[in-house]
Formats: sequence, structure tokens, C-alpha cells
Amino acid sequence: MFLPGHYPDRVTTAPERTDDRLPAADRLGLRTRIALHAGRLAGGLSRRLGRGSGVVVRGRVVLALDPDALSALASGRRSVVITGTNGKSTTTRLVAAALGGSVATNSTGANMGPGIVSALDDCDARSAVLEADELHVPSVMRATRPEVVVALNLTRDQLDRTHEVSRTSQVWARAFTAQPGVVVVANAADPHVADAASSGRPIWVDPGLRWTEDASVCPRCGAVLDWSQPGAGSGTEALSRWSCRCGFAMPTPDYALTADGVRLPDGAHLAFDLRLPGEVNRGNAIFAIAAAVALGVPAEQAADRVGAVEVVDGRYATLDLDGRQAPLLLAKNPAGWAAALSMIPDDAVMAIGINARIADGTDTSWLWDVPFERLAGRVVGATGDRRDDLAVRLHYAGATPVVEADLVRLAHLLPEGPMVVAANYTAFREMRRYVEGGLNA
Amino acid sequence: MPGPGTSAVRIVHVYPNLLGTYGDAGNAIVLCARLRLRELPCELIVVEPGQALPREGDVYLLGGGEDAKQTAAVQMMREDGALVAAAGRGAAVVGICAGYQLLGTTFLGVGGIPTEGLGLLDVTTGRLERRAVGNVLARAAAGVVGPEGEPLPDLIGFENHGGATVLGSAARPLGIMEIGVGNGVPSTTGQATEGAVQGSVFGTYLHGPALALNPALADLILSTATGPLGPIDDTLPEALRRHRRLHVLPATERAGRVRSVVKLLRRKDSAPSGASATLSGR
Repeated sequence: MFLPGHYPDRVTTAPERTDDRLPAADRLGLRTRIALHAGRLAGGLSRRLGRGSGVVVRGRVVLALDPDALSALASGRRSVVITGTNGKSTTTRLVAAALGGSVATNSTGANMGPGIVSALDDCDARSAVLEADELHVPSVMRATRPEVVVALNLTRDQLDRTHEVSRTSQVWARAFTAQPGVVVVANAADPHVADAASSGRPIWVDPGLRWTEDASVCPRCGAVLDWSQPGAGSGTEALSRWSCRCGFAMPTPDYALTADGVRLPDGAHLAFDLRLPGEVNRGNAIFAIAAAVALGVPAEQAADRVGAVEVVDGRYATLDLDGRQAPLLLAKNPAGWAAALSMIPDDAVMAIGINARIADGTDTSWLWDVPFERLAGRVVGATGDRRDDLAVRLHYAGATPVVEADLVRLAHLLPEGPMVVAANYTAFREMRRYVEGGLNA
Repeated sequence: MPGPGTSAVRIVHVYPNLLGTYGDAGNAIVLCARLRLRELPCELIVVEPGQALPREGDVYLLGGGEDAKQTAAVQMMREDGALVAAAGRGAAVVGICAGYQLLGTTFLGVGGIPTEGLGLLDVTTGRLERRAVGNVLARAAAGVVGPEGEPLPDLIGFENHGGATVLGSAARPLGIMEIGVGNGVPSTTGQATEGAVQGSVFGTYLHGPALALNPALADLILSTATGPLGPIDDTLPEALRRHRRLHVLPATERAGRVRSVVKLLRRKDSAPSGASATLSGR
């Protein structure tokens, strides 16, 4: 079985070349070197005390001792920053693969300053592919001076923390304006992303899926957006375009998802296969291809490398629940859950884990924006800290919840048939640890 | 109005694309499900901006939303006229968060500009000093009772708003705060209150799926159209309420206490430093 804990922070997909590497560590100042050393000690101690991977603790110590450590570590590298509400970790993994060679990346999802510091300290590759939390985009961009930023989407998530989608969009717009040289690979189908990216040098991507719930009004003038206009072309390109009476409208995509591949900026069609499941990941793949092309990788080569990626930080891996096998999906917010539910076969038995810790957002109201009605008439397992919230949601959706804190016991309580487990962020992490017989077992 | 066994209860979900930031669809789902569990017919009418609001609705639901959307929504509802007319003939109107504020006489619209509301609740909304985000527990205010005069159970929910709402004499609070901020402005008797009720018009800062957590409030709203409703199996909602009380609300209460102690210490801090400045100035 795949062991997520052993997943490296370094992704090697081609023979290493020496020019992949930065010069030796004496490129860093004394203060930074001392801070990094102290950070490694603290991270190691934290790991040995069983308090998680130590990645974040380590980065926090480094930044406390040297607030400029991130820019020092990023200096001399070619960086790509990936942000958005959904698909950050998967797309980060896909971009890292698409670039080929040795790449420094925070593939475990620690996507604020400390996590990025740890990732860059671990790997001296010249290329850095960095996932950044939506609200930390300005500080990460200031420190790492990326050549390319990938802006995936902006949907409701953790409203107790980020409050409003439109505010995040404004934060991005200011960050892109502050670095006019940066290429922004941006989702043209998302009005909030399009508004922010227009302040930079955008390369527009149409990833296919539409999520209109958070984009009903124009981010520029507040009027109700018109989503009824069909797009030009066939397949995914015929999906609706958005426009506003103020003149702001969906930009013409440079890269557009098609039924079996991607239409490239020169109009050529490139077919590709993907090991990762789901339509949403085909969209993520073309963001990765576009980012790699912006850094000089030929599109065909980028598509081949992206297609070979199988597992992303334990996602899409299979759990062994005391003999019952179940693939494990991660979904963190309504748009992500809608995508996850669309991947569930009709005959599958589902177990769902919901937590509401700080990293998840402490408000569970979003459960009501997820179309759980698709599970009406089925028996569904409810687990996680907030299994009672989920059970009420499933009950009113017409499903029959089986409420049980222990995932293995739940697997035995549920009806026979192929089983799928889906969970939100911290519930997902705990499940992986639990079934590995790790810390929580 | 339809009674049991007659025509369907019409639940109108008003402009979910504008007023629907926080899982507000949950309230419509819960109201309809609670009718169907009693084998009463329910018609859910979802009205998006640009469509006319039905005049014959029994319950109108207004959810939360960002400032610009809230202002756009109130203009459309005023031009449409059906909601105000329905409230006038006694239909239930339920406003959550931004929906609550716009039912009042004034609220802060785009850019913090005071904006005229629909005037169905005698409340005015200004700005809180600090945004209120967290779990809420409120006991039902005096006079807030079920369809047969029974006191309503405690209100449980989550708030996320920057509004400070003052109740006028015609509106009564829905709850008295135990944990959380609620209206954020003490009543004339010095009590911290939550929400407002005026006839069959309800407003609350318990955002999103408030009725999923408060089945008795859901039934009280439905009963304005149906008359008293019989009991149904509420095992799951009751388990959820128990979980909030035992495992979620205590942490919110502790965090609130820490915040007020910090605030108190800051005040005490500033007093001596002010005094010493005076001394040294002498």
C-alpha cells in the first residue's frame, strides 16, 4: 500500500542534471543558516514527540529567527505559485511533474510561509513549485518572486476565516499589480479569478467545469451576470460563457479543455490521458500544461508527464479497513464535494467524514450547499467530529445515515458493495493515519 | 391560508443567487422535509433575480449575502412589491443575516452607506466594532412561544456578521444571548439579545441552515401557515443539538471569556500609563 508519510518533498521524474541545483548552502547568510538549523532541530523534536510531521513547527521557528528566510531560500530559483480554493495540491503536484527534473515543492499541503520554508530548505532544486493559501498569495509572491502564478478558482470555503470571495479576489488583484512581470495562468470561467488576473499578464484557461453559485453578480459593477450565452466551438468549449452589461465578460481562453484533450493557444489540439480520476482533474491538468509551457516546456512533453501522475499526497489512494478496501477522496468545500459526489458510482456504498477544526473552517453551514440529495434513498456512513451535523444533512436529503465515530467499525456496519470514503481536510488526514496504525490508532 | 389536508404550503426561497452565501438553501430543504415527514404537501418555489416573486406564498425565506448583493436584492424586492404585500396579509417572512438586516428600516449597504430596508421589522442596523464569528446559544425571549403557547427551546447556531442591530418598540427580540454576540447592542433593559420578531416576520443572525439546528423554530414558522403541527421523529436533530451543547459551545464560551479578559486587561493597562504620563508631566 502507498504510504503517504513517506511521500518525498522532492519529486524526481527525470535523471538529475547538475545545473538543476543551486550553488552550495553558503549562498545563504549566517542568520538564515542558524535559523534553518534551529528549525530542523525543532521540527525533528516535534516529530519525535508525535505531534505531526513537524513541517510547520520547523518553518515557524525559522521565520521567528529570520523573517526574511523565505526570500533568501527562494532567491536564484524559478518559482511557480499555485493558489485557488480547490485543486491546489493536485495541481501543484501536476505542475511539478510537468516541469520534469528536480523540483522543490510543498507537496504535503502546508501552504503558508512556514510550510514553504521547510520545503525549500529540504531541496536545493532550481525549480520551485509552491502551493499557497489564497490569503497568503501576496506574502508568498513578495518573498519568492514567482515567474508564473496559477490562479485556479475562488469559491466559498471557510467563510468564518476568509469572509467573502470578492475580498480574496481583491487581495489577488493587488498582488498581481505589484509584480507586473508575473504571468498569471488564470481560470477564465471564474469571474472572480478573471477580475483579479486582468491586473496581471494573464494566460486564460477554460477548465471545463462551471460553478456559478459564487459568481452570480459581476465582481466589477454588482449587476447580475448573464451565464446563458453558449460558448463557441464544440464539447467543453460550448459550455456557457458569462458576461455583464457593464462590458466585463469571460475572456477568450488560450487553453480550453476538450472531450479528450486540450486546445492549445495556436489552435492545435493535443489529446492526453490522465491516471487521476474525474473531469475536475482534467481541468487541473491543463492548468499544469499551460504553466509548464510558460516556463519553456513543450506542451506534448508536459502532457505526457502530467498524465503519469497517480497519487497526490495520499489522495485517490486506497484504504484497507480491516479487509474492506475503499478509495479515499478529499473534498473541502461545496464545489469540491459536488465534484467528488459526481465521481461516486451508483452502486457504491459511501462513508463520509466531516471535521470542523481550524484548518477546515469551524462552521459547518457549507454542508447545506453540497448536493447530498444525490445520495437520497441510500444508506450512507457518517463519521468525523461533526458526524451529527452530517447525519442531519443526510437525513433531510432523504438518505439514511449510519452514525459511527470509528471508521473501521463503520465499514462493518454499512451494507455490502464497493465502498468509497470521502472526507474533508483534517478528517482525511486522520483517516490516513488511523488506518496506517499510526498516531491515532 | 391552507390547513393540513388542503393545498400545498408554498415555501418561497427569495433570490438564492444573491442571498445565499452560507448554506441558506438548508432552511428551504428543512421546512419542506418537515412538512413531507408529516405527509403534508409542500411546494418549494425558488425565485432568482429577474423573476417575479409569487404573491401567494406562505413562507418567504431570505438568506445571507455580501453588501453589494444585499443592496441589489432589496431594490428588486421593493420594485417587485409581492413580499411586502404578502407580509401585510400575515405570510411568514424569515430573514437570516443580511436578509434580517434588509427587513429592517435601515442597514449599511455598499460602502457602508445607510440604505433603506423593507421596513417589515422595526430594527436599524449599524456596524459592530469587531466582526462576530462563532457559535451561538440563546434562550428564547419572553413571549417567544410555540403555536400552543409552549416556550421555545434554546436557539443554537453559528453567527458571522458585522452588523449591530437596534430593536425599536414594535419589534421583540427572538432570544436572550447566552454565548455569542447576536444583535450586539444591549436592549433598554440591558440584556444582550438575538434576532427580532414582529408578527409573522422573523429575523436572526443565526446564519445559514438555522432551522436545521432549531426544529422547534422551523415548526413555529410552518405553523403560521398550517396551525399547530404534530410531533415527528427528531432523534438526529436532537443528537446534533446535544453535540453542540456538550462539545462545541463550551469552547466558544471559553474563547469569549479569554477575549473579554484581554479587553479588560488592555483597559487597565491604558489607565496607569495615562496616569503616569500625567505625573511625569507635572
